[in-house]
Amino acid sequence: MNFEEALNKGIFLISECNYCKIIVWPPSEFCNQCLNENSWRECSRIGTIIEFSKKEKIYFCVAKFENSIQLMGEVISGAPRKNGDVEIVECGITNNRYFFKMIVMS
Amino acid sequence: MPKVAIVGYGQTKFSNEDLKIESVLLRATKNLFDSTSNLTQKDIDSVLVSTNNNSKYLSAILSEMTGIQPKIAHSIESLCNSGTNSIVSAYSYIASGLAEVVLISGAERYDSPGQILEWDNLRGEFKHPIFWASIFSKSYKKKYGITDEDLAFVSVKNHKHSKSNPFAFSQKGVSMEDVLNSKKLTDDLRLLDCSRPCTGGSSILLTSEKFCKKFTDSPIWITGIGQKTTSASFTKNQTFDHMESTKQATKSAFQMSKKSQKDIDVMEIHDAFSVCEPMALDSIGFTKPGEGIKLVKESYLTESPKINPRGGLLGAGHPLGATGISQTIEITQQLQLKAGKRQVDKAKVGLIHNMAAAATSSTILVLEN
Repeated sequence: MNFEEALNKGIFLISECNYCKIIVWPPSEFCNQCLNENSWRECSRIGTIIEFSKKEKIYFCVAKFENSIQLMGEVISGAPRKNGDVEIVECGITNNRYFFKMIVMS
Repeated sequence: MPKVAIVGYGQTKFSNEDLKIESVLLRATKNLFDSTSNLTQKDIDSVLVSTNNNSKYLSAILSEMTGIQPKIAHSIESLCNSGTNSIVSAYSYIASGLAEVVLISGAERYDSPGQILEWDNLRGEFKHPIFWASIFSKSYKKKYGITDEDLAFVSVKNHKHSKSNPFAFSQKGVSMEDVLNSKKLTDDLRLLDCSRPCTGGSSILLTSEKFCKKFTDSPIWITGIGQKTTSASFTKNQTFDHMESTKQATKSAFQMSKKSQKDIDVMEIHDAFSVCEPMALDSIGFTKPGEGIKLVKESYLTESPKINPRGGLLGAGHPLGATGISQTIEITQQLQLKAGKRQVDKAKVGLIHNMAAAATSSTILVLEN
C-alpha cells in the first residue's frame, strides 16, 4: 500500500530508509540520500505544535511528529498552544487534497 | 568571467485586465523595442519567457509574433522567482558564449496557476499562500515582540512608493488605519498585508560587453548572482521567522560581486506579504535578527526610497513571472539615474531579492553602474 492509498483509508504512513536510518519526508518511494527503496510504517499520531494561527473559527497549525517531520493541519478541539501536544484523530484525502485533523492533548 | 550588461527594458501597467498571456508578453516586448535604441530583431539570438502560465511554447510564439528567429528559445518556471531565474539563465548563456543578445520576457495573468503549489501536500488543506504567510507573521511577531501596527508600516510605505510608479497596480496610497482596518484574512494577516496577483508583463534585454554599446550609453552590469533552494515544501523550513535560502543566496552573490551590505544603495525586496520585507532585511544581513522592521520604519519616516522604490509587490502588484524582471528593471533605472521621482540619490550599487514558495528558494542579484 502506498502513502496515498493508506491516507485514503485514514492511515498515516511515513517512508523510512533502512540503510540511512532516516525518515524520508515528504513521503517518497526512494530515499533522498542513498536513493534506495524506502519502507513504510505507521507514523506516531502524537505531535507538537510548532506554530499556529486562525482563520475565522478554524485553527490551523504546523505540527511536528516523531521529532522529525512537519505538516499542516486543523486543530478541531479549541485553542492550541505553541509547543503543546496534539493528536491526529482523522486524516485522509478530499478533493485531491490531504487533510489532517488534530485535537489538543490535555 | 565575461561581463553581462542590462541594456534595455519595457513593461506593461500591472492591472486586472483579462488578456491572453501571449498578448501580455507581446506588449511588454513591444515597449522594450520602442524604448531601446538601434535594436532590430536580427540582433537577438535568444528569447526566454518567464511565466507560470499553462500555455505552451511561449518563447517560440513570442519570437514569431515579434519577428525574431532565435538560436535559443524556451520558457522558465520557478513560481514567484521565475523572473530572476530567467535572468540568471540569460546571464549563463552570454557568459558561456552561447549567446550575445538575450531577450527575456516575463508575464502572468491575474488568475495564474502559480499562486498555489498543488504538489505541496504537507500543507494539507491550507495550500493558499495566506496560510504560510500567517505562520511566518505569527512566528516573527512573537519571537521579536513586533505588533500588527509595526508590520503595517511596510504596506503604508510601499503603497506610498507605488504612487510614483506608473506601471504599478496601486496608484493610491494607504494609511495605517486603512491597513489595520482592512479585511482580516486570518488572525495574523489582513488584506493590505498581501500583494495582489495581477496581469502584467516585463521584458529586459541582456548583452555581452561586446554588444552593449550598440543599444545604450549607460549599461548596467550584473556583478553578483546567488541562488539557493533549501526545499520545495513549506513545512521543511526549519524556522518560520527567518529565510535561510535568502541568507545563503546573499552570501554567494556578495562573494561573486565582492560587495557587502554596506555597499548597497538601493534594493528591491520580495514583499509578497508585509512580514516578508523585515524578515528578508534580517536574512540578507542589512539588520540584526528582528530589527528589519526598525529599518522599514526609519525608511518610511525619513521618506527614503531606498527599500522597494517601485512600491514592492505590495504596491506594484505581483504578476509572478514578471515580478523578478520588474524588480531588476527598477534597480537598472535607479543605477542609470533615470528613476524620476523614485530616484535614490547617486545610486551606484543595487540589490534584488526574489523568492518563491515561502522562501524555500531565493535569488539575489547585485547590479552596478
